[in-house]
Amino acid sequence: MPMSRIESGKFSLALLTGALAAASLALIGSASPAADEERRSQGSLSTGFKFTESTGEQLFTNVCQGCHMPDGGGATGAGNYPSLAKDANLESGGYPVYVVVRGQRAMPPVGAMMSDDQVAAVVNYVRTHFGNQYQDTVTAEDVKRVRP
Amino acid sequence: MPNESETIPSRRDLLSLVGSVAGSAAMYQAMTSLGFASESNYKGPIKLSGDPKGASVLVLGAGLAGMTAALELRAAGYKVQVLEFNSRPGGRNWTIRGGDRFTELGGATQTCGFEEGLYLNPGPWRIPYHHRALLDYCKRLGVALEPFIQLNHNALLHASNAFTGKPQRIRDVKADFQGHVSELLAKVTQQSKLDEAVSVEDREILLQALRSWGALDKNYAYKANLISADYRGYAKEPGGGLGAAPVAGEPINLSDILKSRLWRYLQNFALHQFQTTMFQPVGGMDMIGKAFAKQIGDVIQYDAKVIRIQQSDGGVTVSYVNSKTPSTPQIATAEWCVCTIPLSILGQIQIDVGPRMKAAIDAVPYSSSVKIGLQFKRRFWEEDEAIYGGISYTDLPIRQISYPSSGFNRNGRGVLLGAYVFEGANAYEFTSMAPADRVARAVEFGARIHPQYGAEFENGIAVAWHRVPFTLGCAGAWSEKAREEHYDNLCQIDGRIVLAGEHASYLPAWQEGAILSSLDAIKRLHDRVVRI
Repeated sequence: MPMSRIESGKFSLALLTGALAAASLALIGSASPAADEERRSQGSLSTGFKFTESTGEQLFTNVCQGCHMPDGGGATGAGNYPSLAKDANLESGGYPVYVVVRGQRAMPPVGAMMSDDQVAAVVNYVRTHFGNQYQDTVTAEDVKRVRP
Repeated sequence: MPNESETIPSRRDLLSLVGSVAGSAAMYQAMTSLGFASESNYKGPIKLSGDPKGASVLVLGAGLAGMTAALELRAAGYKVQVLEFNSRPGGRNWTIRGGDRFTELGGATQTCGFEEGLYLNPGPWRIPYHHRALLDYCKRLGVALEPFIQLNHNALLHASNAFTGKPQRIRDVKADFQGHVSELLAKVTQQSKLDEAVSVEDREILLQALRSWGALDKNYAYKANLISADYRGYAKEPGGGLGAAPVAGEPINLSDILKSRLWRYLQNFALHQFQTTMFQPVGGMDMIGKAFAKQIGDVIQYDAKVIRIQQSDGGVTVSYVNSKTPSTPQIATAEWCVCTIPLSILGQIQIDVGPRMKAAIDAVPYSSSVKIGLQFKRRFWEEDEAIYGGISYTDLPIRQISYPSSGFNRNGRGVLLGAYVFEGANAYEFTSMAPADRVARAVEFGARIHPQYGAEFENGIAVAWHRVPFTLGCAGAWSEKAREEHYDNLCQIDGRIVLAGEHASYLPAWQEGAILSSLDAIKRLHDRVVRI
């Protein structure tokens, strides 16, 4: 379990603003998970049922990291969220496409709230980050084929 | 048929879409009309007659389902032991108060800064009058209830792109929508266009009813006058003495209401689930879990993380470790097992059950939900706006602002539910933020409805259910197809193991579902035990 990144709950708006400013500074030359979270939080949120984020990075930081965490490392409580870091399961691009579109066990089919392009973008992002280096890409056509 | 999803949304898509467009209440309504029951079938306290001859039962989970099982089985003569992951009873029946610390998955820790007496119910927060089982347990266990205000006519409906972003009073939208529709209906009735559907005799009564229901004048028109003001309120309230005559306000015109789509929120006050009277326990929802634990707390072992569930002809063996600190596995055994572990977690635990139950355990995704509590220096919603309890609805990502249903008209601080996001894109987006960001965004959005936020906000706490270590999600989100294929297999007794919880009910995410599921499970288990 990582050390707690934030000791909050009791803070003022002024403190918050300060924290955001500090995070912006920290972004220079930093890719810390906390900084990622701060940066994303300044973006706009989706306005309907579906996600409006378009790039793989935006989709990861607004959807996937809710469970898989900003560093893709997963988490452990009474159960686990699997780590996506250096993940051999991602070798075949079809597998993550299927899981995102159809869901798996308790994981909701978040791809139902994404276009084919969005699913492809986020899968390609995860397959080339967090220590994954799978250079072949999946396409919107690949996604379309596994839609229920 | 890969293209079908492009044109024909699945039932699940449809539900999620309805949920995100119209709020969770609309989704519940859609679920009801698409085949989910919402009514409790409770028939009074359970009677487990027959001697279990000292049979032992291991209950996994000390939420309401687990504690119901423990309470009733022990009363019926069983030896009962409960294993619970948390250090407290209740599970999702949970209240956060000042000084409480909560560490979510990923490690972020929040310490609640609320003043004493103020709280957030991060999970369940309201009890319909027809949830008879839960209400009966509250009575039997001495849990004091108070009204939960679902409908407050003076709370607000808000659409970002309508009325230049200005929130509208629920009473205005409700009265004006009803008034305009009544006027239209009166018109076609008078034009004899309803003659096939309405008899001559009923026609006059219908017109009278429309006048009464819609606040129409004697010409069946809905207008700015003291008749409509009796429903929608006044531009200038009636007073005493000179210059005290009331002044009627101008109704919102029909086209503006239609285009704003604020009408869609009105069902939050009409749906069976949300009709008055609703209740909340005095002092916080966890009063229920605590009351259960007062009865059976002595058999609960806390901080126990289940890692393996085995069964044989002779009984059930469960391995667990300390959930706080690494420890060597320990063993608990019993002849029978009632397992209430959420499927999100149970699906990851090695369990000796048949392929059908295993497939059912793996068939249910867990929904996303976020609640954010915000403390303010004063109860400005009451002092400035005369909003006492109730809920304002908005299309902003926070979806709702709920005003406290207790401590009315008091000086000093108050806590609002500043966001309640259930499914849809925003629930995932809020979950993905650091807790402080969730609070900051809730304050930012809420200020568009209540500008006082800026000056009065003090602190907040945010619970994203996918980050909650003991559930990994809000509740089981059955699809119609999965329920058809797997629900019965989930609920069947498998050897010596039976599952219970809201996930094994037709009242998903409701406490009533957890209790009814548990009562049904132990009834069937007991029948089997006394037959042996």
